[in-house]
Amino acid sequence: MSAAYITVPLYRAAHGRTGDKGNRSNISVIAWHPALYPVLLSQVTEHVVAQHFAHRQPSRVQRFELPGLAALNFVLDEVLDGGVNDALNLDTHGKALSFWLLDLPIEIPAELAPLLAGPD
Amino acid sequence: MNPSASPLLIGCAAGFSGDRVDAAGPVVDTLVARGGPAFLIFETLAERTLALAQLRRRADPQAGFEPLLDDMLRPVLARCLAHGIRIVSNFGAANPLAAARHIRAMAAGMGLPAPRIAVVSGDDLSGESHAQLLRAQLGATMDGIRKVSANAYIGAEAIAAALNAGAQIVVAGRVADPSLTVGPAMSHFGWRADDWDRLARATMAGHLLECGAQVCGGYFADPGYKDVPDLHAVGYPIAEIDSEGHCVIGKAAHTGGVVSLAGVKEQLLYEVHDPAAYLTPDVVADISEARLTVAGPDRVALTGVRGHARPASLKVNVCHEGGWLAEGEISYAGPRAEARARLAADVLRQRLPELALRVDLIGALSIMGDDAGRLLQNTPAGDARDVRLRVAATHAERARAERLPREVTALYCCGPAGGGGVRTSLTPRLNTLSCLVPREAVPLRFEMLEKV
Repeated sequence: MSAAYITVPLYRAAHGRTGDKGNRSNISVIAWHPALYPVLLSQVTEHVVAQHFAHRQPSRVQRFELPGLAALNFVLDEVLDGGVNDALNLDTHGKALSFWLLDLPIEIPAELAPLLAGPD
Repeated sequence: MNPSASPLLIGCAAGFSGDRVDAAGPVVDTLVARGGPAFLIFETLAERTLALAQLRRRADPQAGFEPLLDDMLRPVLARCLAHGIRIVSNFGAANPLAAARHIRAMAAGMGLPAPRIAVVSGDDLSGESHAQLLRAQLGATMDGIRKVSANAYIGAEAIAAALNAGAQIVVAGRVADPSLTVGPAMSHFGWRADDWDRLARATMAGHLLECGAQVCGGYFADPGYKDVPDLHAVGYPIAEIDSEGHCVIGKAAHTGGVVSLAGVKEQLLYEVHDPAAYLTPDVVADISEARLTVAGPDRVALTGVRGHARPASLKVNVCHEGGWLAEGEISYAGPRAEARARLAADVLRQRLPELALRVDLIGALSIMGDDAGRLLQNTPAGDARDVRLRVAATHAERARAERLPREVTALYCCGPAGGGGVRTSLTPRLNTLSCLVPREAVPLRFEMLEKV
């Protein structure tokens, strides 16, 4: 029974928003329920996030923990191809990056499934 | 003005240059209905807004302030003055004095008594007298660039001083966004400039307000996951700040949107790096142990914010001319549309070897990719049937950049089959350098308009 895990996209366990300053992006990952926060802590790590954004070649990924908000804040350095004034991307702010991260597959203990957002 | 202990209401009616001009009406209606001391703020500056304003000022010495100033302020100016709601904004942009004069003329034209308008200055470091200061920080990088603007992010002290001197309207340029809230709170409660905990709490109240509707359900909706009622009529926020600096975020009455825990959490962390050290000119705010609680319908309370001594230096952004951005688009549809779009991209790469092209396949892969095209290269060609190829490149010389739009247009006759809807553009770019300067090197002041 201990193997009862389900794989879901991160957006079912968390929501978030992207902000930018210069060539640096921050992405919040906020648990839909405090009971889901430990899952984020163990699975949405700096390494995993750096891998997920490998094509953007971040020079550094830092994770900050906000237990009072059941939230993580990721800071990705040099990930915006220069930032709002320099990048050639249509989305020079990187506004859409939070939804790219929210597609990350994660494993949730089955008993927490009722806390997930959205349809099964 | 004597310090007060009564709670302060601060409404925000703009979160960026170009925000909705019908936002302020419901905010002012709500402030009037609730009574008590109240302010209205407009936050209209972003990283490149000031450089664009500086370019407008070069072309016209009476321009260079927020282009929508008139549209934003005119609908509410009379009511604000009649009800003692004071107005604080950075909509002065590159020319706060001209903005103040415009407001004075606007009030006169509306038959209103002349408001007491204060102009905050000192942030603009674009003049020759500051060239040495910037060169000391940025070094040889400053040589050979064509500077457009240079502005220090200044804090709340000059705003508070102007309010203490009786200003009804304070017009500033590059004031840090949260300082638009901290200034009124400092003045109203009589806080000292080293009351770090209270300044930090007001700073985070200002941080929640500074993007306007973004804390009221704007920029939040995601159908089925984060539903927002009446998003088309989303309201703008009002913070209720107590004498300790703690705040409750609410929104204008009779508007759409929602002030929810989830939405306020997103905005609290928006553009934050280390939550223990959110740097502003006024204070270092620490939200690592912040808590948000529901305080009623569309009301969320923020607690647990602490403050530390403000940084010794101020951040400066220098904008300079950055060559030309060339862009072009063409659409392909139906069977093998993606294959034809990819072929068109290959044609452009071979025709434009001197430009580093960014390639997007809108409808298949754009936005999430990277300028070097790594993600696109690693993504196997699919069979998207409605694809718009977009290419972009930058070059210091206009003539070189112009080759891109010409080659995209040439795809009409020389490219793959069935391409249509070519659009091209060539725009001057602005690039940004950032540095820190010692606080003492940036003397700040305010002056009442009648004395200017």
